Amino acid sequence: MLTLECPYCGVKAEETELTAGGEAHLKRYGPGSSDEDFESYLFVRKNPKGVHFERWRHAYGCGKWFLAARCTATLEVFGTYPAQSKEPPAELQAKIRAKRPNWEGYR
Amino acid sequence: MSTRLSKGGRLIDRTKPLSFTFNGRRMKGYHGDTLASALLGAGQTMVGRSFKYHRPRGVMASGAEEPNALVGLGQGGRFEPNQRTTTTELFEGAETISQNHWPSLEFDIGAINNKVARFLPAGFYYKTFMFPRFAWKHVFEPIVRQSAGLGKVPQHRDEDRYEYAYAFADVVIVGGGIAGIASALAAGRAGKRVWLIEQSAHWGGRAVVDGVQIDGQDAGDWVKNAIETLGKMANVTLRGRTMAAGLYDHGYLLAYERIADHTPGDGRPRHRLWRIRAGHVVTATGAIERPLSFAGNDIPGVMLASAVRDYVVNWGVSPGDRTVIVTNSDDAYRTALALLDAGLVVPAVIDARPEAKGELPEAVRARGVRVLAGHGIAKVKGGKEVTGVSVCIQAGEGAEIESIACDAVAMSGGWSPVVHLWSHCGGKLLWDEAQAMFRPDPKRPATGDDGAAMVTAVGAANGILTPHEILADAHRAAGGTGTAPGAVAAVEAPMQPVWIMPQGAGPALRMKMWLDPQNDVKVSDVQLAAREGYESVEHTKRYTTLGMATDQGKISNINGLAVLSDALSQAIPATGTTTFRPPYTPISMGAIAGEARGEIFQPLRRTPMHGWHETHGAHWEPVGQWRRAYCYLRSGEGVHDAVNREIRNTRNAVGLLDASTLGKIIVKGPDAGRFLDMLYTNLMSTLPVGKCRYGLMCTENGFLSDDGVVVRLTEDTWLCHTTTGGAERIHGWMEDWLQCEWWDWKVYTANVTEEYAQVAVAGPNARKLLEKLGGMDVSKEAFPAMEWREGTLGGFRARIYRISFSGELSYEVAVPASEGLAFWEALLKAGEALGVMPYGTEAMHIMRAEKGFIMIGDETDGTVIPQDLNLQWAISKKKDDYLGKRAQERKHMVDPDRWKLVGLETLDGSVIPDGAYAAAEGVNANGQRNMQGRVTSTYFSPTLGKGIAMGLVKRGPDRMGEVLDFPVDNGKVVKARIVDPVFFDKDGEKQNV
Amino acid sequence: MGLKRYSVFAIVREAMSYHQGWERAWPWPKPKRKYDVVIVGAGGHGLATAYYLGKNFGITNVAIIEKGWLGGGNTGRNTTIIRSNYLQDPSAAIYEKARSLYETMSQDLNYNVMFSPRGLLMLGQTEHEVRGYKRTVYANNLQGVETRWIEPDEVKKLVPIINIAGPRYPVLGALYQARGGTARHDAVAWGYARACSAMGMDVIQQCEVTGVRSEGGRVKGIDTTKGAIDCDKLGLVVAGNSSVLAEMAGFRLPIESLALQALVSEPIKPCMDVVVMANTVHGYMSQSDKGEMVIGGGTDGFNNYTQRGSFHHIEETVRSLIETFPMLSRLKMLRQWGGIVDMTGDRSPILSKTPVEGVFVNCGWGTGGFKAIPGSGWAMAELMARGHSPLTEEFSMYRFREGKFIDESVAAGVAH
Repeated sequence: MLTLECPYCGVKAEETELTAGGEAHLKRYGPGSSDEDFESYLFVRKNPKGVHFERWRHAYGCGKWFLAARCTATLEVFGTYPAQSKEPPAELQAKIRAKRPNWEGYR
Repeated sequence: MSTRLSKGGRLIDRTKPLSFTFNGRRMKGYHGDTLASALLGAGQTMVGRSFKYHRPRGVMASGAEEPNALVGLGQGGRFEPNQRTTTTELFEGAETISQNHWPSLEFDIGAINNKVARFLPAGFYYKTFMFPRFAWKHVFEPIVRQSAGLGKVPQHRDEDRYEYAYAFADVVIVGGGIAGIASALAAGRAGKRVWLIEQSAHWGGRAVVDGVQIDGQDAGDWVKNAIETLGKMANVTLRGRTMAAGLYDHGYLLAYERIADHTPGDGRPRHRLWRIRAGHVVTATGAIERPLSFAGNDIPGVMLASAVRDYVVNWGVSPGDRTVIVTNSDDAYRTALALLDAGLVVPAVIDARPEAKGELPEAVRARGVRVLAGHGIAKVKGGKEVTGVSVCIQAGEGAEIESIACDAVAMSGGWSPVVHLWSHCGGKLLWDEAQAMFRPDPKRPATGDDGAAMVTAVGAANGILTPHEILADAHRAAGGTGTAPGAVAAVEAPMQPVWIMPQGAGPALRMKMWLDPQNDVKVSDVQLAAREGYESVEHTKRYTTLGMATDQGKISNINGLAVLSDALSQAIPATGTTTFRPPYTPISMGAIAGEARGEIFQPLRRTPMHGWHETHGAHWEPVGQWRRAYCYLRSGEGVHDAVNREIRNTRNAVGLLDASTLGKIIVKGPDAGRFLDMLYTNLMSTLPVGKCRYGLMCTENGFLSDDGVVVRLTEDTWLCHTTTGGAERIHGWMEDWLQCEWWDWKVYTANVTEEYAQVAVAGPNARKLLEKLGGMDVSKEAFPAMEWREGTLGGFRARIYRISFSGELSYEVAVPASEGLAFWEALLKAGEALGVMPYGTEAMHIMRAEKGFIMIGDETDGTVIPQDLNLQWAISKKKDDYLGKRAQERKHMVDPDRWKLVGLETLDGSVIPDGAYAAAEGVNANGQRNMQGRVTSTYFSPTLGKGIAMGLVKRGPDRMGEVLDFPVDNGKVVKARIVDPVFFDKDGEKQNV
Repeated sequence: MGLKRYSVFAIVREAMSYHQGWERAWPWPKPKRKYDVVIVGAGGHGLATAYYLGKNFGITNVAIIEKGWLGGGNTGRNTTIIRSNYLQDPSAAIYEKARSLYETMSQDLNYNVMFSPRGLLMLGQTEHEVRGYKRTVYANNLQGVETRWIEPDEVKKLVPIINIAGPRYPVLGALYQARGGTARHDAVAWGYARACSAMGMDVIQQCEVTGVRSEGGRVKGIDTTKGAIDCDKLGLVVAGNSSVLAEMAGFRLPIESLALQALVSEPIKPCMDVVVMANTVHGYMSQSDKGEMVIGGGTDGFNNYTQRGSFHHIEETVRSLIETFPMLSRLKMLRQWGGIVDMTGDRSPILSKTPVEGVFVNCGWGTGGFKAIPGSGWAMAELMARGHSPLTEEFSMYRFREGKFIDESVAAGVAH
């Protein structure tokens, strides 16, 4: 039963207020892209046993989408940040690296 | 035989006798009794039968760990099987029945299994019953199943109610013994928001029974004072009868409060399920005593030593006149003292240790009791009750040295900390060799959302068994400052692990040593599992069913895995434990379900006209969380007749459809047009203000996901209609793209579905009806098709869309939701002379099918792309991109062999069964009959007087006129011709008037 | 290695010597340096793959490598339902193959897996669902899967404890597969492990794979906590951890790992002789031979490797089932647990060659793996031995690229 802090309204939200939206920072490929790129965008997932960047919506709260860095093996939440982010904030990446020295990075 | 003592019993009130029944026999107990103490007090030592061998079973424990003494409790809608008597409080009139026997508890046919037990070792069923093949299903399995189960099946709807509650705390302390209380005092004084919960109705745990002195007071007095102190702290919440059932991730603690189990029918909810978010959890859950494994340790009258003490001290119940004590530690000597204090006889204490010279053994010796050090029990004598024990040398093979007559045996094999909550979220254990126990490894706790420890174990739950150290540990762990409470208790000599008694017992004795008395798992079974290669503790558990009974192995697991480790010649920690899973003790399904049942099982959405429909014969159909009228039944009318009447009336006069459930989403902003061009397959940015356009939406995977009419309200505002089920989904979908992909686009969305009531007014008389209401020009010239107008219609603020889903002249009128019912009634009144009549969803479905219009969910199922439905006209060729466009370019999506939409007409005019498939010649590589199409919608058309259908057929549009075979029930084949899907008014003459 | 056969006579014989004479069901071998085939994952699917490699293709120089204990993953954590009433051809083919193999599995393996074709009902509780199931019946009849639609009165006859006239979702009928049912899940893994061992294969437990070695795009072997092992062909059959193994082999999969939970009640006397699935309200239930009501529900929405799920799913499932089975309210939940399932983009499995030559993958069974075990093993063995199998043809990992999905959710069902 997770709790995640919504970076918009500041509420530490219960899992039942949230909906999960899968892997974050996927690049959208549209018309003109290769079959492989399009497949990677829509289906192929990193699915790591470890640090995972993922999308959540505060669906029964402020309604905003946000992103989270969470460990899928321990469920530790390293941090949350707005969905309007091209990549995880540097300080969040530094925090993760400090806690998980073997972390291979978010890509 | 057990009996009630003439005095004593700290928890019972002898001035308040209670009567109850057991198997119909009336018995007496007292206020404060548990069912178990009352049964024992009434002399009922045998209370049930075991699972596999149907052996007689008596009360073994005094708490949550009880494996045997389960009964069916209550009557009718309050009957519940498998109630644990040791944790069920007695109440006036309680009706109990024993379980798992036929015809009676005393004489049970199933006990034949006991006679042939030798042929039924662990896992025997995996090795037999295989031949002949049909026999498992028809002969063996029915027998196995009929003998399965414990309690009787409840037959009635539950008469009780249940509720959920929520709480937040800095610290939740689980367990109201002295450790929990000391922690609560420390945390409470530190100003934290504290919850202290205790599963029983009493505070104090073991210390109050065992005569501990705390800070110069009797433990009982100290507990009473401490609870009073805590009760006065505003930041501390105390809850008895509340069991911490499970700890889940991020500090989510599930607690189960048994509010009214002891006062059934008093109007309060029976159980309350607490969902507590805990900043930190302190487990002060104590420890559970282990049995010893000697032959006959399952006979009624053989009990845990601590339980014997509890029954004497707490409830004034004697388990027997002569109780032999068998132990491997000093603690059980306390039981001897308690029995002696109560005036009962202890013929001997049999101590497996070579010597017993501690303070407690000496005290017992001083009272004239024989202490037989270095001895063990070879076997217990008796069947349905204990008659004596055969004493042997612990180091030997079990030869009888002497026989001691007795009617009860109190056994103590050491203590196991209750580590369930600690372990639920991944807290790890370490093996404490000296105390022979698994205890929490403080270095490897369960961690929370911040990655830090979220549980701390204290006291006996932390492997500390002496009161002074327990209090110090509990005080410190909860952040206590200053001096911890101090305790004085007898000093104990070390225990010595004993896993089998006697040590050299042969196979015959080991087959009589019970590990799990409910499931009938014996030492020999675990050894057999090890011998056969089921070496993992999980394999052994599953192969033998050890620890899978309703007590979930609380008393059997450690003994079992010690036996397994021995059989594998490996250390106990190498064997490890099975996984601890919630709940700690079973919790009612009723509590898990909570209040949401019956009419309030799920929210019900109602349109403003819902009540009218209800009082006018609506035959409901659930659509999402709405209910829509499928049709309106008139007296004496069947569903089919009603639907046909509604269609004929709409086609010939005028009908009204409550379309309020259709999704309505406002999309507004400078980039709204651009956004909608991405969302829909067609162009919406070019739609002129004042006009409507039908649009399709696809998933990014290319599949058609929703459709509806889009309306351009102003230069920068569009209104998107969605399907009834689609409103929330599509609104969420829009927000997803706006927030996560195109966040720099200036667009706002609002789901206004419930702001408006919407009525489709359809039929040749539709215009006349609106004109009768008056106030707006709805003429053909002033208000062409696919346009909208705003104004006042019959006094109602209305927005009218001239769109048709029925093929008739049709206006959809939206009015403010609050005026919906009045508007609906105004339409009905004004239309009386015009033959107005409401129609339901089925009439709508049939009329749209007659016109060849697709329906999301009928023609689509998540695998259909717009091109399959010949909807290319609604896909803009001018756009570089829209959601789903790239997906629709993939190889399989452009395959000319895809199944495409056609009409289907049976040769005999009958209705093709819904969902039927068209067979093709031959079979595929897996031997399945080839298929070439399927029916997606099929109806009897009252307009045309015959069956009509739509379907998807391989290359369908190229095969007009071909006849397909649809194999249906019982080998019958329906033949249908491929035709144009527009069956009625192909040129749209009816709608464009 | 020959095996003493199990039979009632063997039990009587062994009883005379206090069951001291039973031999091991499977040995505890040290890994050899090289095998023809290595299967990673000694769950049902991995063991079945190995078994049919031996039985159907004579390939017995096989090791099955297991990180924990055999059958310890989803094989031992599911609700043991067996059915093949799937809508799409490829699914119906492989699940029906599996179901038919279950019919004779106890005899084939000489291990009673207690296959109990007691009948399975999928309740239709909305018009939409009814239509989806009727469609399935028509499809099944052409696919050679025996199912039929039954009306509410017959449902009530088969399931006396059911509440047909629920206030919210009355039972409108059911999709009925008379030869669907349950089996003893552990026994399936144990039976295959014993049979594999008897063919001379090595079932190596407590051995974790730490790397996959390949050369020039061709597999060479694996590294494990018990040393390096070479192989010509490698099968990855590790539900829940497929992505982790694929990453080691150097490719990614269209898979996410999610927690799926189940629970059992305390045992009661027999009261429900069939399996009932109620997909509108997301719950399914059967009664075990021990008398427990075995209950399953939906998956969590987020990636998870912990084998722990979120409690609100348990609540939703129980709440829903009480609506359909009111008597449940007076029972108690004895135990709940979770497993990690692989979910693919279309919720159907992957049995496929991979970008690495010689590496094959069998994963993505989602919530429906147990019922498929023998069919999956049969098909995977054929794929690995011959390079192709009609049963796996449509389940390639490359289907997502082509847009050729096998979507079972279309029949309004969930793929449990």
